[in-house]
Amino acid sequence: MKRRDFIGSLTALAVSPHISTTDPLVYSFTKGKPVRPGRVSIEIAPLAENGHSVAMTVKVDSPMTASDHVRAVHLIAERNPVRDMAVFYLGPDCGHAEVGSRIRLNGSQRVVAIAELSDGSFWSDAAYVEVREAACTDGG
Amino acid sequence: MALARIDLPREARRGELVEVRIVIQHPMETGFRREPQGERIQRNAIHSLVCRYNGAEVFRATLSTGIAANPFLRFFLRAARSGDLDFWWLDDDDVQGAAKAHLVVSA
Repeated sequence: MKRRDFIGSLTALAVSPHISTTDPLVYSFTKGKPVRPGRVSIEIAPLAENGHSVAMTVKVDSPMTASDHVRAVHLIAERNPVRDMAVFYLGPDCGHAEVGSRIRLNGSQRVVAIAELSDGSFWSDAAYVEVREAACTDGG
Repeated sequence: MALARIDLPREARRGELVEVRIVIQHPMETGFRREPQGERIQRNAIHSLVCRYNGAEVFRATLSTGIAANPFLRFFLRAARSGDLDFWWLDDDDVQGAAKAHLVVSA
């Protein structure tokens, strides 16, 4: 391997939203299948004044047909006391794989979205959010 | 008991993508907060929500306390024929909620 390729692969590792597939929470729905980066995009403002209500959107690149659609979108907050924030179950009737919600964040952290496709594959994306005031400060 | 507001276009053409938005009035108590006297406030969050379009399930969500108070959800739907959008949800206190909206679909 050339030095340039090696450094390139290191950068790819650093920026890829790597998800631990042995994490019990991730394993509970992937059953050990690989989670690949791509096809999913999580849109969230990089800076939040407080963590009580942060708007976010998850989009998945999928034709949403009966044979090829998004089955579910799992949303994980890595540093929340309850890490599994939500699971959205979609189907071909949705026509467009996009879900939005407002989430709570207990401090600055990465928010991870993992999409489960109808062919059984898993894709993910992650976004780092800087939170000025955490959601669980009042007696949490 | 619970109040909800559903936002969707009044009319859509068949095959058109419709954006559905719903806000439900609910505290989504985390179970981590305390009353001024120091007593812990019990966790109470909407944990399940289902949306049916003309009786068939089109969207379902499992929520947790990671969703902000007065949960807001937004998703898309392919307009097929005129009919009702029925939302149903359940919280940790086993209190059910429901909301309905009508979608008019023109050919």
